[in-house]
Amino acid sequence: MATQAPTRTNSIMRDNYGRRRVVNRIMVGLLCLCAIITLVPLFAVGGYVVREGWPALVGQFPGIFTAPSPEGGELLYGLEGTALLIAIACAIGLPIGILSGIYLAEFGRNRLGDTVRFMSDVLAGLPSIVAGIVAYSIVVLTTHHYTPFAGGLALGLLMFPTVTRATEGVVRLVPDTLREGGLALGVSRWRTIVSVIIPASLSGIITGVVLGIARVAGETAPLIFTVLGNLNGFSGWDQPLPALPLQIYQDFINPQDPNQDYPVGYAGVLVLFLFVVLLNLGARAVAARRMARGR
Amino acid sequence: MIAQADAPSITRALFVDRLHAYYGAKHAVKEVTLRFEPRAVTAIIGPSGCGKSTLLRCLNRLHEVIAGARVEGKVLLDGENIYAAAADAVRIRRRVGMVFQRPNPFPTMSIQDNVTSGLRLTGRLRGAVQREVVETSLRAAALWDEVKDRLKAPATSLSGGQQQRLCIARALAVQPEVLLMDEPCSALDPIATLKVEELIAELRGHYTIVIVTHNMQQAARVSDNTAFMMIDMEDRTGILVEEGPTKVMFSKPKDKRTEDYVTGRFG
Repeated sequence: MATQAPTRTNSIMRDNYGRRRVVNRIMVGLLCLCAIITLVPLFAVGGYVVREGWPALVGQFPGIFTAPSPEGGELLYGLEGTALLIAIACAIGLPIGILSGIYLAEFGRNRLGDTVRFMSDVLAGLPSIVAGIVAYSIVVLTTHHYTPFAGGLALGLLMFPTVTRATEGVVRLVPDTLREGGLALGVSRWRTIVSVIIPASLSGIITGVVLGIARVAGETAPLIFTVLGNLNGFSGWDQPLPALPLQIYQDFINPQDPNQDYPVGYAGVLVLFLFVVLLNLGARAVAARRMARGR
Repeated sequence: MIAQADAPSITRALFVDRLHAYYGAKHAVKEVTLRFEPRAVTAIIGPSGCGKSTLLRCLNRLHEVIAGARVEGKVLLDGENIYAAAADAVRIRRRVGMVFQRPNPFPTMSIQDNVTSGLRLTGRLRGAVQREVVETSLRAAALWDEVKDRLKAPATSLSGGQQQRLCIARALAVQPEVLLMDEPCSALDPIATLKVEELIAELRGHYTIVIVTHNMQQAARVSDNTAFMMIDMEDRTGILVEEGPTKVMFSKPKDKRTEDYVTGRFG
Protein backbone atom coordinates (compact mmCIF):
# COMPACT_ATOMS: atom_id res chain seq x y z
CA MET A 1 0.00 0.00 0.00
CA ALA A 2 2.65 2.46 1.10
CA THR A 3 4.46 2.20 -2.20
CA GLN A 4 1.35 2.86 -4.24
CA ALA A 5 1.00 6.59 -3.59
CA PRO A 6 4.63 7.60 -4.35
CA THR A 7 4.67 5.84 -7.71
CA ARG A 8 1.61 7.83 -8.71
CA THR A 9 3.03 11.17 -7.63
CA ASN A 10 6.63 10.54 -8.71
CA SER A 11 6.23 12.59 -11.81
CA ILE A 12 5.46 15.80 -9.95
CA MET A 13 7.06 15.51 -6.50
CA ARG A 14 9.80 13.70 -4.68
CA ASP A 15 8.73 11.20 -2.05
CA ASN A 16 9.50 13.08 1.14
CA TYR A 17 7.15 11.07 3.36
CA GLY A 18 10.01 9.70 5.42
CA ARG A 19 11.22 13.19 6.28
CA ARG A 20 7.69 14.47 6.96
CA ARG A 21 7.07 11.54 9.30
CA VAL A 22 10.23 12.26 11.26
CA VAL A 23 9.44 15.98 11.57
CA ASN A 24 5.94 15.13 12.70
CA ARG A 25 7.21 12.80 15.41
CA ILE A 26 9.78 15.30 16.64
CA MET A 27 7.30 18.17 16.86
CA VAL A 28 4.58 16.12 18.56
CA GLY A 29 7.21 14.85 21.00
CA LEU A 30 8.29 18.43 21.68
CA LEU A 31 4.73 19.49 22.44
CA CYS A 32 4.34 16.61 24.90
CA LEU A 33 7.63 17.45 26.52
CA CYS A 34 6.67 21.08 27.05
CA ALA A 35 3.32 20.04 28.46
CA ILE A 36 5.10 17.79 30.94
CA ILE A 37 7.56 20.54 31.83
CA THR A 38 4.66 22.79 32.92
CA LEU A 39 3.78 20.15 35.50
CA VAL A 40 7.25 20.15 37.04
CA PRO A 41 6.99 23.47 38.93
CA LEU A 42 3.53 22.56 40.19
CA PHE A 43 4.67 19.24 41.60
CA ALA A 44 7.97 20.69 42.81
CA VAL A 45 6.26 23.51 44.68
CA GLY A 46 3.42 21.32 45.91
CA GLY A 47 5.81 18.59 47.02
CA TYR A 48 8.11 21.01 48.79
CA VAL A 49 5.25 22.79 50.55
CA VAL A 50 3.74 19.52 51.73
CA ARG A 51 7.11 18.06 52.79
CA GLU A 52 8.02 21.09 54.88
CA GLY A 53 4.55 22.15 55.94
CA TRP A 54 2.98 18.83 56.83
CA PRO A 55 5.26 18.06 59.85
CA ALA A 56 4.91 21.68 61.01
CA LEU A 57 1.13 21.50 60.72
CA VAL A 58 0.64 18.04 62.18
CA GLY A 59 3.37 18.42 64.80
CA GLN A 60 1.64 21.42 66.27
CA PHE A 61 -1.95 20.37 65.66
CA PRO A 62 -4.34 21.64 66.92
CA GLY A 63 -2.38 24.30 68.78
CA ILE A 64 -1.33 25.82 65.46
CA PHE A 65 -4.89 27.02 64.96
CA THR A 66 -5.07 28.88 68.26
CA ALA A 67 -4.12 32.39 69.25
CA PRO A 68 -0.40 33.09 69.48
CA SER A 69 1.31 32.65 72.82
CA PRO A 70 4.88 33.44 73.93
CA GLU A 71 5.93 30.03 72.59
CA GLY A 72 5.19 30.97 69.02
CA GLY A 73 3.00 32.90 66.58
CA GLU A 74 0.26 30.51 65.68
CA LEU A 75 -2.08 30.96 62.78
CA LEU A 76 -5.50 31.76 64.22
CA TYR A 77 -5.22 35.53 63.97
CA GLY A 78 -3.73 35.32 60.51
CA LEU A 79 -6.57 33.13 59.30
CA GLU A 80 -9.14 35.47 60.82
CA GLY A 81 -7.44 38.48 59.27
CA THR A 82 -7.26 36.86 55.84
CA ALA A 83 -10.92 35.86 56.03
CA LEU A 84 -11.86 39.43 56.94
CA LEU A 85 -9.74 40.88 54.12
CA ILE A 86 -11.27 38.50 51.58
CA ALA A 87 -14.75 39.46 52.80
CA ILE A 88 -13.99 43.17 52.36
CA ALA A 89 -12.34 42.52 48.99
CA CYS A 90 -15.45 40.62 47.87
CA ALA A 91 -17.74 43.39 49.08
CA ILE A 92 -15.77 45.84 46.95
CA GLY A 93 -14.67 43.72 44.03
CA LEU A 94 -17.59 41.38 43.32
CA PRO A 95 -20.38 43.90 42.67
CA ILE A 96 -18.12 45.92 40.38
CA GLY A 97 -16.67 42.83 38.75
CA ILE A 98 -19.91 40.96 38.17
CA LEU A 99 -21.97 43.96 37.08
CA SER A 100 -19.31 45.32 34.75
CA GLY A 101 -18.87 41.82 33.29
CA ILE A 102 -22.60 41.68 32.59
CA TYR A 103 -22.41 45.14 31.03
CA LEU A 104 -19.57 44.06 28.75
CA ALA A 105 -21.40 40.92 27.63
CA GLU A 106 -24.82 42.50 27.16
CA PHE A 107 -24.12 46.06 26.08
CA GLY A 108 -20.38 46.23 25.58
CA ARG A 109 -20.15 46.29 21.79
CA ASN A 110 -19.20 49.95 21.72
CA ARG A 111 -16.37 52.36 22.55
CA LEU A 112 -17.08 52.26 26.29
CA GLY A 113 -17.09 48.48 26.26
CA ASP A 114 -13.78 48.32 24.40
CA THR A 115 -12.25 50.78 26.83
CA VAL A 116 -13.48 48.89 29.88
CA ARG A 117 -12.25 45.62 28.39
CA PHE A 118 -8.82 47.07 27.71
CA MET A 119 -8.53 48.69 31.13
CA SER A 120 -9.59 45.58 32.99
CA ASP A 121 -7.01 43.56 31.05
CA VAL A 122 -4.41 46.13 32.08
CA LEU A 123 -5.61 45.96 35.67
CA ALA A 124 -5.52 42.17 35.61
CA GLY A 125 -1.80 42.40 34.97
CA LEU A 126 -1.31 45.11 37.57
CA PRO A 127 1.58 44.33 39.91
CA SER A 128 -0.04 43.68 43.25
CA ILE A 129 2.25 46.12 45.00
CA VAL A 130 0.80 48.91 42.85
CA ALA A 131 -2.69 48.04 44.09
CA GLY A 132 -1.24 48.26 47.60
CA ILE A 133 0.21 51.70 46.91
CA VAL A 134 -3.13 52.92 45.54
CA ALA A 135 -4.97 51.72 48.65
CA TYR A 136 -2.20 53.15 50.81
CA SER A 137 -2.51 56.60 49.21
CA ILE A 138 -6.29 56.62 49.21
CA VAL A 139 -6.91 55.25 52.69
CA VAL A 140 -3.85 55.08 54.90
CA LEU A 141 -2.35 58.47 53.99
CA THR A 142 -5.66 60.27 54.35
CA THR A 143 -6.84 58.64 57.58
CA HIS A 144 -3.38 58.19 59.11
CA HIS A 145 -4.32 54.68 60.15
CA TYR A 146 -3.50 51.23 58.92
CA THR A 147 -6.91 49.67 58.51
CA PRO A 148 -8.50 46.43 57.27
CA PHE A 149 -10.38 48.54 54.71
CA ALA A 150 -7.15 49.58 53.01
CA GLY A 151 -6.09 45.94 52.64
CA GLY A 152 -9.55 44.92 51.48
CA LEU A 153 -9.54 47.73 48.92
CA ALA A 154 -6.16 46.65 47.56
CA LEU A 155 -7.32 43.03 47.24
CA GLY A 156 -10.65 44.13 45.74
CA LEU A 157 -8.78 46.09 43.05
CA LEU A 158 -6.77 42.98 42.24
CA MET A 159 -9.81 40.74 42.24
CA PHE A 160 -12.34 42.54 40.10
CA PRO A 161 -10.68 42.39 36.65
CA THR A 162 -10.55 38.59 36.91
CA VAL A 163 -14.22 38.51 37.89
CA THR A 164 -15.19 41.02 35.18
CA ARG A 165 -13.65 39.06 32.33
CA ALA A 166 -14.80 35.69 33.66
CA THR A 167 -18.37 36.98 34.04
CA GLU A 168 -18.30 38.53 30.58
CA GLY A 169 -17.13 35.25 29.13
CA VAL A 170 -19.86 33.09 30.63
CA VAL A 171 -22.69 35.59 30.14
CA ARG A 172 -21.73 35.86 26.49
CA LEU A 173 -22.11 32.09 26.19
CA VAL A 174 -25.82 32.34 26.97
CA PRO A 175 -27.46 31.91 23.56
CA ASP A 176 -29.17 34.93 22.01
CA THR A 177 -32.31 32.86 21.58
CA LEU A 178 -32.84 33.03 25.35
CA ARG A 179 -32.37 36.80 25.39
CA GLU A 180 -34.81 37.19 22.55
CA GLY A 181 -37.19 34.73 24.22
CA GLY A 182 -37.37 37.05 27.21
CA LEU A 183 -37.63 40.23 25.17
CA ALA A 184 -40.32 38.74 22.92
CA LEU A 185 -42.53 38.26 25.99
CA GLY A 186 -42.41 41.97 26.70
CA VAL A 187 -39.94 41.51 29.53
CA SER A 188 -37.57 44.44 29.99
CA ARG A 189 -33.89 44.09 29.23
CA TRP A 190 -32.88 44.27 32.89
CA ARG A 191 -35.47 41.75 34.02
CA THR A 192 -34.41 39.38 31.24
CA ILE A 193 -30.84 39.66 32.46
CA VAL A 194 -31.79 39.04 36.10
CA SER A 195 -34.30 36.24 35.60
CA VAL A 196 -33.06 34.46 32.48
CA ILE A 197 -29.45 35.31 31.66
CA ILE A 198 -27.90 35.29 35.13
CA PRO A 199 -29.56 32.02 36.25
CA ALA A 200 -28.39 30.40 33.01
CA SER A 201 -24.80 31.50 33.61
CA LEU A 202 -24.74 31.37 37.42
CA SER A 203 -22.36 28.44 37.79
CA GLY A 204 -19.91 30.14 35.47
CA ILE A 205 -20.12 33.38 37.41
CA ILE A 206 -19.47 31.45 40.63
CA THR A 207 -16.43 29.87 39.02
CA GLY A 208 -15.15 33.33 38.15
CA VAL A 209 -15.71 34.56 41.69
CA VAL A 210 -13.86 31.60 43.17
CA LEU A 211 -10.94 32.15 40.83
CA GLY A 212 -10.93 35.84 41.79
CA ILE A 213 -10.71 34.91 45.47
CA ALA A 214 -7.94 32.43 44.77
CA ARG A 215 -6.10 35.16 42.91
CA VAL A 216 -5.91 37.42 45.97
CA ALA A 217 -5.94 35.03 48.93
CA GLY A 218 -2.17 34.74 49.06
CA GLU A 219 -1.25 38.32 48.15
CA THR A 220 1.36 39.69 50.51
CA ALA A 221 2.94 42.79 49.02
CA PRO A 222 -0.17 45.00 49.01
CA LEU A 223 -0.88 44.09 52.62
CA ILE A 224 2.45 45.20 54.02
CA PHE A 225 1.65 48.89 53.89
CA THR A 226 -2.14 48.72 54.11
CA VAL A 227 -2.83 46.47 57.11
CA LEU A 228 0.77 46.07 58.30
CA GLY A 229 0.13 42.99 60.43
CA ASN A 230 0.12 42.66 64.21
CA LEU A 231 0.45 40.03 66.91
CA ASN A 232 -2.85 40.62 68.68
CA GLY A 233 -5.44 39.80 66.06
CA PHE A 234 -8.21 42.12 64.95
CA SER A 235 -8.11 45.16 67.24
CA GLY A 236 -10.40 47.65 65.55
CA TRP A 237 -11.32 49.07 62.15
CA ASP A 238 -8.61 51.73 62.41
CA GLN A 239 -5.88 49.36 63.57
CA PRO A 240 -3.37 47.09 61.84
CA LEU A 241 -4.60 43.61 61.08
CA PRO A 242 -2.71 40.33 60.83
CA ALA A 243 -3.09 38.18 57.72
CA LEU A 244 -1.84 34.73 56.85
CA PRO A 245 0.57 35.80 54.10
CA LEU A 246 1.99 38.51 56.36
CA GLN A 247 2.48 36.02 59.17
CA ILE A 248 4.34 33.73 56.82
CA TYR A 249 6.48 36.60 55.57
CA GLN A 250 7.29 37.82 59.05
CA ASP A 251 8.02 34.34 60.33
CA PHE A 252 10.51 33.72 57.57
CA ILE A 253 12.42 37.02 57.79
CA ASN A 254 12.26 37.23 61.57
CA PRO A 255 11.83 33.73 63.02
CA GLN A 256 10.82 33.38 66.65
CA ASP A 257 13.49 30.76 67.13
CA PRO A 258 16.33 31.06 64.60
CA ASN A 259 17.30 27.43 65.16
CA GLN A 260 13.87 26.20 64.24
CA ASP A 261 13.19 25.49 60.57
CA TYR A 262 10.42 28.10 60.41
CA PRO A 263 7.71 25.61 61.40
CA VAL A 264 4.92 28.17 61.74
CA GLY A 265 5.77 29.74 58.43
CA TYR A 266 5.77 26.38 56.66
CA ALA A 267 2.46 25.42 58.23
CA GLY A 268 1.00 28.74 57.05
CA VAL A 269 2.32 28.16 53.54
CA LEU A 270 0.71 24.74 53.44
CA VAL A 271 -2.63 26.09 54.69
CA LEU A 272 -2.59 28.84 52.06
CA PHE A 273 -1.54 26.42 49.32
CA LEU A 274 -4.31 23.97 50.22
CA PHE A 275 -6.84 26.81 50.35
CA VAL A 276 -5.98 27.94 46.81
CA VAL A 277 -5.91 24.35 45.51
CA LEU A 278 -9.32 23.68 47.06
CA LEU A 279 -10.77 26.89 45.59
CA ASN A 280 -9.55 25.87 42.14
CA LEU A 281 -10.89 22.34 42.52
CA GLY A 282 -14.22 23.81 43.68
CA ALA A 283 -14.32 26.10 40.64
CA ARG A 284 -13.64 23.13 38.38
CA ALA A 285 -16.35 21.08 40.04
CA VAL A 286 -18.91 23.85 39.52
CA ALA A 287 -17.82 24.25 35.91
CA ALA A 288 -17.98 20.50 35.33
CA ARG A 289 -21.53 20.41 36.63
CA ARG A 290 -22.40 23.16 34.20
CA MET A 291 -20.95 21.15 31.33
CA ALA A 292 -22.86 18.06 32.45
CA ARG A 293 -26.09 20.03 32.16
CA GLY A 294 -25.06 21.08 28.70
CA ARG A 295 -24.70 24.76 29.39
CA MET B 1 -55.82 43.48 -0.60
CA ILE B 2 -53.10 46.09 -0.19
CA ALA B 3 -54.63 49.00 1.65
CA GLN B 4 -53.52 52.60 1.43
CA ALA B 5 -51.14 54.12 3.93
CA ASP B 6 -53.82 56.19 5.56
CA ALA B 7 -56.13 53.22 6.00
CA PRO B 8 -58.69 53.51 8.77
CA SER B 9 -58.07 51.79 12.08
CA ILE B 10 -57.99 48.03 11.66
CA THR B 11 -59.05 46.05 14.69
CA ARG B 12 -56.33 43.67 15.85
CA ALA B 13 -55.01 43.53 12.37
CA LEU B 14 -51.43 44.20 11.54
CA PHE B 15 -50.67 46.47 8.67
CA VAL B 16 -47.18 46.91 7.31
CA ASP B 17 -46.71 50.15 5.43
CA ARG B 18 -43.73 50.69 3.12
CA LEU B 19 -41.36 48.96 5.50
CA HIS B 20 -37.61 48.82 4.97
CA ALA B 21 -35.25 46.87 7.20
CA TYR B 22 -31.48 47.22 7.36
CA TYR B 23 -28.55 45.47 8.98
CA GLY B 24 -26.03 48.28 9.09
CA ALA B 25 -25.51 49.23 5.47
CA LYS B 26 -27.18 46.08 4.17
CA HIS B 27 -30.68 46.70 2.90
CA ALA B 28 -32.43 43.46 3.85
CA VAL B 29 -36.10 44.15 3.22
CA LYS B 30 -37.27 46.71 0.66
CA GLU B 31 -40.55 48.56 0.74
CA VAL B 32 -42.97 45.91 1.92
CA THR B 33 -46.62 46.85 2.24
CA LEU B 34 -48.78 44.05 3.55
CA ARG B 35 -51.87 43.49 5.63
CA PHE B 36 -52.22 40.57 8.02
CA GLU B 37 -55.88 39.70 8.45
CA PRO B 38 -57.19 39.55 12.00
CA ARG B 39 -57.90 36.07 13.39
CA ALA B 40 -56.38 34.36 10.39
CA VAL B 41 -53.09 32.68 9.59
CA THR B 42 -50.80 34.38 7.13
CA ALA B 43 -47.80 32.44 5.87
CA ILE B 44 -44.68 34.17 4.59
CA ILE B 45 -42.82 31.94 2.16
CA GLY B 46 -39.77 32.40 0.00
CA PRO B 47 -36.22 31.16 -0.57
CA SER B 48 -33.49 31.41 2.08
CA GLY B 49 -32.17 34.89 2.68
CA CYS B 50 -35.16 36.69 1.18
CA GLY B 51 -35.90 38.58 4.40
CA LYS B 52 -38.88 36.56 5.68
CA SER B 53 -37.58 36.30 9.21
CA THR B 54 -36.32 39.87 9.18
CA LEU B 55 -39.77 41.10 8.20
CA LEU B 56 -41.31 39.00 10.96
CA ARG B 57 -38.91 40.41 13.53
CA CYS B 58 -39.91 43.91 12.51
CA LEU B 59 -43.47 43.15 13.60
CA ASN B 60 -42.58 42.97 17.30
CA ARG B 61 -39.62 45.35 17.18
CA LEU B 62 -37.16 42.54 17.76
CA HIS B 63 -35.17 43.41 14.64
CA GLU B 64 -33.72 46.50 16.28
CA VAL B 65 -32.21 44.40 19.10
CA ILE B 66 -29.39 43.40 16.75
CA ALA B 67 -26.52 45.89 16.76
CA GLY B 68 -26.71 48.20 13.75
CA ALA B 69 -30.15 47.00 12.68
CA ARG B 70 -32.83 49.56 11.90
CA VAL B 71 -36.26 49.91 10.39
CA GLU B 72 -37.95 52.52 8.22
CA GLY B 73 -41.66 52.71 7.57
CA LYS B 74 -44.69 51.93 9.65
CA VAL B 75 -46.26 48.90 11.25
CA LEU B 76 -49.80 49.57 12.41
CA LEU B 77 -51.08 47.39 15.21
CA ASP B 78 -54.74 48.13 15.80
CA GLY B 79 -54.20 51.30 13.81
CA GLU B 80 -51.34 52.45 16.02
CA ASN B 81 -47.83 52.75 14.59
CA ILE B 82 -45.49 50.57 16.67
CA TYR B 83 -42.57 52.59 15.34
CA ALA B 84 -44.04 55.92 16.45
CA ALA B 85 -41.75 57.96 18.67
CA ALA B 86 -44.08 57.45 21.62
CA ALA B 87 -44.40 53.69 21.17
CA ASP B 88 -42.50 51.55 23.64
CA ALA B 89 -40.87 48.38 22.28
CA VAL B 90 -41.34 46.44 25.52
CA ARG B 91 -45.09 47.12 25.58
CA ILE B 92 -45.41 46.27 21.88
CA ARG B 93 -43.73 42.91 22.46
CA ARG B 94 -46.19 42.21 25.22
CA ARG B 95 -48.98 42.46 22.64
CA VAL B 96 -47.19 40.64 19.82
CA GLY B 97 -45.98 37.22 20.93
CA MET B 98 -43.31 35.24 19.17
CA VAL B 99 -42.24 31.62 18.74
CA PHE B 100 -38.74 31.01 17.46
CA GLN B 101 -37.07 28.59 15.06
CA ARG B 102 -35.50 26.55 17.79
CA PRO B 103 -37.39 25.87 20.99
CA ASN B 104 -35.97 28.25 23.60
CA PRO B 105 -37.54 27.42 26.95
CA PHE B 106 -35.75 29.10 29.84
CA PRO B 107 -33.41 26.29 30.95
CA THR B 108 -33.31 27.15 34.64
CA MET B 109 -37.09 27.23 35.01
CA SER B 110 -39.65 24.47 35.48
CA ILE B 111 -42.39 23.80 32.95
CA GLN B 112 -44.95 25.86 34.83
CA ASP B 113 -42.50 28.67 35.53
CA ASN B 114 -41.79 28.86 31.82
CA VAL B 115 -45.50 29.22 31.11
CA THR B 116 -45.94 31.99 33.66
CA SER B 117 -42.60 33.67 32.99
CA GLY B 118 -44.02 36.39 30.75
CA LEU B 119 -46.50 37.33 33.45
CA ARG B 120 -44.17 36.95 36.41
CA LEU B 121 -41.31 38.89 34.87
CA THR B 122 -43.57 41.74 33.93
CA GLY B 123 -44.99 41.77 37.45
CA ARG B 124 -48.58 40.98 36.65
CA LEU B 125 -49.28 37.58 38.14
CA ARG B 126 -51.20 37.03 41.34
CA GLY B 127 -50.56 33.67 42.98
CA ALA B 128 -54.21 32.64 42.88
CA VAL B 129 -54.48 32.76 39.11
CA GLN B 130 -51.15 31.06 38.48
CA ARG B 131 -52.57 27.52 38.34
CA GLU B 132 -55.31 28.66 36.06
CA VAL B 133 -52.93 30.42 33.70
CA VAL B 134 -50.68 27.36 33.58
CA GLU B 135 -53.52 24.99 32.77
CA THR B 136 -55.27 27.26 30.27
CA SER B 137 -52.08 28.06 28.38
CA LEU B 138 -50.82 24.47 28.33
CA ARG B 139 -54.23 23.27 27.14
CA ALA B 140 -54.25 25.94 24.44
CA ALA B 141 -50.84 24.69 23.35
CA ALA B 142 -52.05 21.05 23.38
CA LEU B 143 -49.42 20.12 25.94
CA TRP B 144 -51.44 19.86 29.15
CA ASP B 145 -52.14 16.13 29.04
CA GLU B 146 -48.48 15.31 28.49
CA VAL B 147 -47.08 17.41 31.32
CA LYS B 148 -49.84 17.88 33.89
CA ASP B 149 -48.20 15.39 36.28
CA ARG B 150 -44.77 17.01 36.15
CA LEU B 151 -45.33 20.75 36.00
CA LYS B 152 -42.37 21.32 38.31
CA ALA B 153 -39.93 19.31 36.15
CA PRO B 154 -37.25 21.29 34.31
CA ALA B 155 -38.40 22.55 30.93
CA THR B 156 -35.28 21.03 29.40
CA SER B 157 -36.52 17.54 30.32
CA LEU B 158 -39.14 17.77 27.55
CA SER B 159 -38.60 16.58 23.98
CA GLY B 160 -37.92 19.14 21.26
CA GLY B 161 -41.52 19.13 20.04
CA GLN B 162 -42.85 19.45 23.57
CA GLN B 163 -40.42 22.30 24.23
CA GLN B 164 -41.71 24.12 21.17
CA ARG B 165 -45.31 23.73 22.32
CA LEU B 166 -44.20 24.92 25.75
CA CYS B 167 -42.81 28.03 24.07
CA ILE B 168 -46.16 28.50 22.34
CA ALA B 169 -47.91 28.14 25.72
CA ARG B 170 -45.50 30.68 27.18
CA ALA B 171 -46.31 33.12 24.38
CA LEU B 172 -50.07 32.54 24.75
CA ALA B 173 -49.99 33.02 28.53
CA VAL B 174 -49.52 36.77 28.19
CA GLN B 175 -52.61 36.87 25.91
CA PRO B 176 -51.03 38.51 22.90
CA GLU B 177 -53.10 40.02 20.11
CA VAL B 178 -50.78 38.69 17.45
CA LEU B 179 -48.63 35.55 17.38
CA LEU B 180 -45.51 35.48 15.23
CA MET B 181 -43.95 32.13 14.37
CA ASP B 182 -40.49 32.02 12.82
CA GLU B 183 -40.18 28.62 11.12
CA PRO B 184 -41.54 26.98 14.28
CA CYS B 185 -41.16 23.44 12.95
CA SER B 186 -37.77 23.65 11.27
CA ALA B 187 -36.03 21.98 14.23
CA LEU B 188 -38.74 19.38 14.82
CA ASP B 189 -39.29 15.86 13.54
CA PRO B 190 -42.34 15.10 11.34
CA ILE B 191 -44.57 13.92 14.20
CA ALA B 192 -43.80 16.96 16.36
CA THR B 193 -44.33 19.12 13.26
CA LEU B 194 -47.75 17.60 12.75
CA LYS B 195 -48.70 18.38 16.34
CA VAL B 196 -47.61 22.00 16.03
CA GLU B 197 -49.54 22.32 12.75
CA GLU B 198 -52.66 20.92 14.40
CA LEU B 199 -52.16 23.42 17.16
CA ILE B 200 -51.92 26.30 14.67
CA ALA B 201 -55.20 25.10 13.15
CA GLU B 202 -56.81 25.31 16.58
CA LEU B 203 -55.39 28.75 17.33
CA ARG B 204 -56.50 30.16 13.99
CA GLY B 205 -59.69 32.04 14.58
CA HIS B 206 -58.52 33.23 18.00
CA TYR B 207 -55.31 34.97 17.10
CA THR B 208 -53.80 36.89 14.27
CA ILE B 209 -50.99 34.53 13.32
CA VAL B 210 -48.04 35.20 11.05
CA ILE B 211 -45.90 32.18 10.26
CA VAL B 212 -42.64 32.17 8.36
CA THR B 213 -41.97 28.84 6.75
CA HIS B 214 -39.55 27.24 4.35
CA ASN B 215 -41.98 24.50 3.72
CA MET B 216 -44.55 25.25 1.02
CA GLN B 217 -46.71 22.25 1.92
CA GLN B 218 -46.86 23.60 5.44
CA ALA B 219 -47.92 27.03 4.21
CA ALA B 220 -50.60 25.41 2.09
CA ARG B 221 -51.85 23.32 5.02
CA VAL B 222 -51.98 25.89 7.79
CA SER B 223 -52.53 29.33 6.30
CA ASP B 224 -55.47 31.37 5.05
CA ASN B 225 -53.30 33.87 3.22
CA THR B 226 -49.81 33.63 1.84
CA ALA B 227 -47.20 36.24 1.07
CA PHE B 228 -44.32 35.33 -1.22
CA MET B 229 -40.98 37.08 -0.84
CA MET B 230 -37.82 36.72 -2.84
CA ILE B 231 -34.47 38.37 -3.42
CA ASP B 232 -34.46 41.18 -5.92
CA MET B 233 -31.61 40.17 -8.23
CA GLU B 234 -30.63 43.75 -9.00
CA ASP B 235 -29.79 45.00 -5.52
CA ARG B 236 -29.90 41.79 -3.44
CA THR B 237 -32.66 42.99 -1.14
CA GLY B 238 -35.74 41.11 -0.02
CA ILE B 239 -38.97 42.15 -1.69
CA LEU B 240 -42.59 41.13 -1.45
CA VAL B 241 -43.59 39.62 -4.79
CA GLU B 242 -47.21 38.79 -4.26
CA GLU B 243 -49.74 38.01 -1.58
CA GLY B 244 -53.25 36.72 -1.50
CA PRO B 245 -55.47 33.88 -0.35
CA THR B 246 -53.40 30.72 0.01
CA LYS B 247 -55.65 28.77 -2.38
CA VAL B 248 -55.11 31.31 -5.12
CA MET B 249 -51.38 31.67 -4.44
CA PHE B 250 -50.84 27.95 -4.86
CA SER B 251 -53.19 27.43 -7.83
CA LYS B 252 -53.16 30.50 -10.04
CA PRO B 253 -50.78 33.17 -8.80
CA LYS B 254 -50.62 36.40 -10.77
CA ASP B 255 -46.84 36.64 -10.82
CA LYS B 256 -44.72 34.27 -12.88
CA ARG B 257 -42.05 34.20 -10.16
CA THR B 258 -44.58 33.02 -7.57
CA GLU B 259 -45.73 30.30 -9.89
CA ASP B 260 -42.15 29.17 -10.50
CA TYR B 261 -41.52 29.03 -6.77
CA VAL B 262 -44.70 27.26 -5.66
CA THR B 263 -44.35 24.71 -8.41
CA GLY B 264 -40.79 24.02 -7.32
CA ARG B 265 -39.07 25.39 -10.41
CA PHE B 266 -36.65 27.45 -8.31
CA GLY B 267 -35.81 28.24 -4.71
